[in-house]
Amino acid sequence: MVPSYVPLSYYLLLSGFLFACGVVGFLIKRNIITIFMSIELMLNGVNLSFVAFAAHWHALAGQVFVFFVMVVAAAETAVGLAIIIAVYRTRETLNVDQVNLLKL
Amino acid sequence: MNPTLNLWLIPVLPLAGAAINGFLGKKSSRRAVTAIALFFSGAAFAMALWVALRFSSVTLPYQEFFAHWIGITGFSADFAFYLDQLSLVMLLVVTGVGFLIHIYSVGYMWDDPSYYRFFSYLNLFMFFMLTLVLANNYLLMFIGWEGVGLASYLLIGFWFTKDSAASAGKKAFIVNRIGDFGFLIALFLLIKHFGSLNFKQVFNSVGHLTAGTESEALLTAIGILLMVGACGKSAQIPLYVWLPDAMEGPTPVSALIHAATMVTAGVYMVSRSHLIFERAPMALMVVAVIGTLTAFFAATIGIAQTDIKKVLAYSTISQLGYMFMACGVGAFSAGIFHLMTHAFFKGLLFLGAGSVIHAVGGEQDMRKMGGLKSYIPWTFLTMSIATLAIAGIPPLAGFWSKDEILWKAYQVSPVYWGIGVVTAFITSFYMFRLWYMTFFGDYHGAHVDEHGHGSHGHDAHGHGEPHESPMVMLAPLMILALLSLVGGFVGWGNHFEHFLAPVFGTGEPAAEAASGITEKLLMGVSVLVALAGWGLALLLYYQRPELPQKVSDALGGFYQAVVHKYYVDELYTVLFVKPLVDGSTRILWQGVDRKIIDAAVNDSADGARHVSDEVRQMQSGNIRSYAAWIAAGSTVVIAFMIWMWTEAR
Repeated sequence: MVPSYVPLSYYLLLSGFLFACGVVGFLIKRNIITIFMSIELMLNGVNLSFVAFAAHWHALAGQVFVFFVMVVAAAETAVGLAIIIAVYRTRETLNVDQVNLLKL
Repeated sequence: MNPTLNLWLIPVLPLAGAAINGFLGKKSSRRAVTAIALFFSGAAFAMALWVALRFSSVTLPYQEFFAHWIGITGFSADFAFYLDQLSLVMLLVVTGVGFLIHIYSVGYMWDDPSYYRFFSYLNLFMFFMLTLVLANNYLLMFIGWEGVGLASYLLIGFWFTKDSAASAGKKAFIVNRIGDFGFLIALFLLIKHFGSLNFKQVFNSVGHLTAGTESEALLTAIGILLMVGACGKSAQIPLYVWLPDAMEGPTPVSALIHAATMVTAGVYMVSRSHLIFERAPMALMVVAVIGTLTAFFAATIGIAQTDIKKVLAYSTISQLGYMFMACGVGAFSAGIFHLMTHAFFKGLLFLGAGSVIHAVGGEQDMRKMGGLKSYIPWTFLTMSIATLAIAGIPPLAGFWSKDEILWKAYQVSPVYWGIGVVTAFITSFYMFRLWYMTFFGDYHGAHVDEHGHGSHGHDAHGHGEPHESPMVMLAPLMILALLSLVGGFVGWGNHFEHFLAPVFGTGEPAAEAASGITEKLLMGVSVLVALAGWGLALLLYYQRPELPQKVSDALGGFYQAVVHKYYVDELYTVLFVKPLVDGSTRILWQGVDRKIIDAAVNDSADGARHVSDEVRQMQSGNIRSYAAWIAAGSTVVIAFMIWMWTEAR
């Protein structure tokens, strides 16, 4: 399935890079939509590592896991976008630094 | 086979009265409260009379088991009652005088808003007092002992909105605790060494103790500790200070509790324990010395008091001293005899004083009385009988019992007798002083209506003159006057002593016969001394009313000391009260409580708050900072895992 001339470490490096991009975007961006996309990026980074390991070890579990992650991510996106719309309607902003009422 | 006497009914009847009036009295009418209070105390008296009638048909001492109470290995105490000649005398005195004072209180307390509460407490007192005298073991006796203390506290502080009454109640309670502490330790010693508190078992074991210094030391310790308890309850030196203050209570209470019955509980207890005291000469001597000193000391204070009830209070302390003197010289039956006659005439004196106070609208200062004999003739007549009785003028009750005590004291030591005779002189003097100041001369008081009615809130009368009390108050006075007149004759020919002989053992008949002339001589001295006291009072307070002022001026500082009761209260304040209050305030409260206990609690709370103050800064509500914390945390966890992994290799 995966051609043997591409070593596992390449996939893992790419996966780590994607995940790191997601983390950095999550931390530095202020727009909720962008943050949301960063989360998706992290999820996909992880998914990539799962399929890579699955191919490498010839184990099916990793691929099944990816399907679950995708299903949950889709559900999360639906809920998350709904929350974002609700936040925008009440606060009229998408800047997370201004959505800070949940504190002591 | 002993017929059953149902002794348990006697204390339980007043308890029922107390419960009914206490729980339901507030809603019921005064008449209903009166009926219940009088019915239950009267029923107790009737029961006591019935028991007295059946007395000869039972074998003595009669014991009656009512219910199990405490039963553990090696020790048991039951709700059980004990009747012998001694308890019978106490029983009749308590229920008889108690019932009369109940009747009197109907008139005296009629206008009090807390009428029902008064009778509830009074019945409660009867219950505890009867438990005390009927108990067949020290523990049940102690319950009664503490219970009468409680009733005394409640009744002294009956008008608790008055500051002085509330603190007088507290003082009585606290001073009695000191005595009770001694009593308790005596009980512990009894349990430890005899394994029982049952009178019969304890006295049996005492009888079987082998003579020797060790057993004598034990019995002396027990005896002295019992005497400490008696000192508290019966107001003897050094614990007498609560009784004069106890006069803050309503006058019927002073008559019943602080003259006739409760304060004699100590005498009863010492007499009941006479087998212990007889084996411990040292303890017996302590009793005699305390009694003699108290009799003399309190009598001298009584001379200079101007409050009519205070005079009677010190007189009570002094007469109780006589009773302890009698116990201390081994003449227990003489002590009980005086207890009985004293209950008659001192109860009468207090009730008469109550009638006087009632007549002049709540005034208690004798200097504002005078000339009352024509206003309140019946009170005057009965008070006169009581005065003659306490002064020891034959053939009234006080003469017989006091003379009996003095005669017994003389046989042990003329010193006791000498102090006793001097005390008898002083007693006669201050009692006739009271009599002249109250009933003779001119009326010095304000007219009753001008200053309204006193704290007792008597009903308003149309006239401003002092008025005679209603019949419901006068009848008990007359009955007690009759008893004071003839009560002494039960001691005629040593009948009373012979009656109590099964309890106390027979006296020394040989000495009696041999020293008949001495006895007559001493009797003559007592009478002379009593008449001399009367004469002095007559001179100072009737014929030459200006003289007392001169005498007191001449005595100067000493007179002031007597007026201020030798500054004993002040001394106790400096020695005990102030160090205790200061110690509690500065060390226990400011030091231990606030600086250690409070500080520990407050500081740990403060510490938690300070830490939280810092930590809550993390909860900024800023989503990106939360995210940063999560990222940092996972970085640390992952770094740790990698480190562990490399270590493991």
